[in-house]
Amino acid sequence: MANYPYIKVQKEDFDLTTEVAKLREGHTDIGAVVSFVGTVRDINEGDDVSVLELEHYPGMTEKALEKIRLEAHERWELESSVIIHRIGKMYPTDQIVLVAVSSRHRENAFYAAHFIMDYLKTNAPFWKKETLPDGEERWVDARLSDKDAEKRWQ
Amino acid sequence: MVNVLYFASFREMLGKANEQMPANHNTVDSLISELATRGDNWKQALLDNQNLQIAVNHNVANRQTEIRAGDEIAFFPPVTGG
Repeated sequence: MANYPYIKVQKEDFDLTTEVAKLREGHTDIGAVVSFVGTVRDINEGDDVSVLELEHYPGMTEKALEKIRLEAHERWELESSVIIHRIGKMYPTDQIVLVAVSSRHRENAFYAAHFIMDYLKTNAPFWKKETLPDGEERWVDARLSDKDAEKRWQ
Repeated sequence: MVNVLYFASFREMLGKANEQMPANHNTVDSLISELATRGDNWKQALLDNQNLQIAVNHNVANRQTEIRAGDEIAFFPPVTGG
């Protein structure tokens, strides 16, 4: 499993079934897999959204994701984990992010997946810009609720 | 020299993604003071901005973080991934 890419930042879409299969490969002691897929909504702040563009900070983003992933492994007993985050232009219903975690027992996997997503939201350098149907572009503001979600793990 | 990067709304507001600057500042704060003299948009984005996020060499930093030649200093707004 040493070569398994635990962190991926990519333009391409991902396949949940394929990624979970990779996550489980070579492990016979896994009893639980929890996965989260974030997708593009066609509505934000009360407005229709046509396009969502994701920007990142090459180098720092990967480092931040790996740090979050490793912290999850320190906090809970996990067998394996993967984070995939897409960049570039996406459209409503597209998949944006995948977090999948495996462990012997379900509780650790549930907690860890939740933790990774909450931390990713407030710590990984990604920025969203949305385009409205009339062509107006605007940067998405950070949400206070995301900051509160992070605090529950402190 | 130091490499200075601007992301997302900052890049658009300041009109550039990155630049090389002489390494004549010891802290991020000192570098910001110089950048803020370039105009209102610079002052607004970097000096007067309570939500300014800073990274030095890919690590989360703050205004007091020390910098030296060869460092990469990045300025950006709060992150909105996921």
